[in-house]
Amino acid sequence: MTTPLSIPIDYYIWLAAALFSIGVLGVLYRRNAIIIFMCIELMLNAVNLLMVAFSTYLNDGAGQVFVFFIMAVAAAEVAVGLAILILMYRNTKSTDINILNRLKW
Amino acid sequence: MTLNIFYFLSFLAVLSALMVVLSKNPVYSVLYLIITFFCIAGHYVLLDAQFLAVVHVIVYAGAIMVLFLYVIMLLNLNRESEPHKSTFLKIAATICAGLLMILLVGSLKGTEVIAAKDTTTQGIGYVKSLGQTMFTEFLLPFEITSLLLLAAMVGAVMIGKPRHKGEKVEPLD
Repeated sequence: MTTPLSIPIDYYIWLAAALFSIGVLGVLYRRNAIIIFMCIELMLNAVNLLMVAFSTYLNDGAGQVFVFFIMAVAAAEVAVGLAILILMYRNTKSTDINILNRLKW
Repeated sequence: MTLNIFYFLSFLAVLSALMVVLSKNPVYSVLYLIITFFCIAGHYVLLDAQFLAVVHVIVYAGAIMVLFLYVIMLLNLNRESEPHKSTFLKIAATICAGLLMILLVGSLKGTEVIAAKDTTTQGIGYVKSLGQTMFTEFLLPFEITSLLLLAAMVGAVMIGKPRHKGEKVEPLD
């Protein structure tokens, strides 16, 4: 395996920032709740990528263990979130988040 | 060579991430997100974290995205008739995301000095050393994660359970 350190860490910062911003863009841009969930997954993955990059560059295994924990939290979040989404669809026959604006009050 | 692979994977990841947001059909969004996840797994391999790459593919592409696809097909959303925001809100969202990216890159500037290149020991991404770290230093969080997964499972079952005849749910609007 060739060493990954031939790539500057800046590149990973740029890539992770771009992926995270695309996730934020999706949350702000779309109204379908499922797409918003997927964009949240995208943001989690951007953070994971940066964490693995720094873990490798600093030669510290703790960062990669944290990525495991983030994956477990993401799995739990998706299971509960999609269950809530199905419940919402059962009540409103739609996954449009604007129908749920009553939650603001 | 490594740099070329990096550029290719990054380009593909960002492009398909944009397509997740921009494609009208939710099924296409899921498929593009799977491409993004495979690209991120490729980055993990490049970063010498092979075990994490395998786990990432299994958990994300194998479990989470299948769950998304299953829900989309269950709710029959695979048609292009979904509401859209106004053009003004879309432009505002794009500007906000771009500003956030500039902010992130700007605030992470200077970390490359911290990330000093220390190549004395190799292979922290292998199963052996990763397990060593996980089961000594992070044993308690590991156990608490199992509790979290159990709680999520119970919660999902409780939410998805059909209701009794007696308690009628008031439909929203």
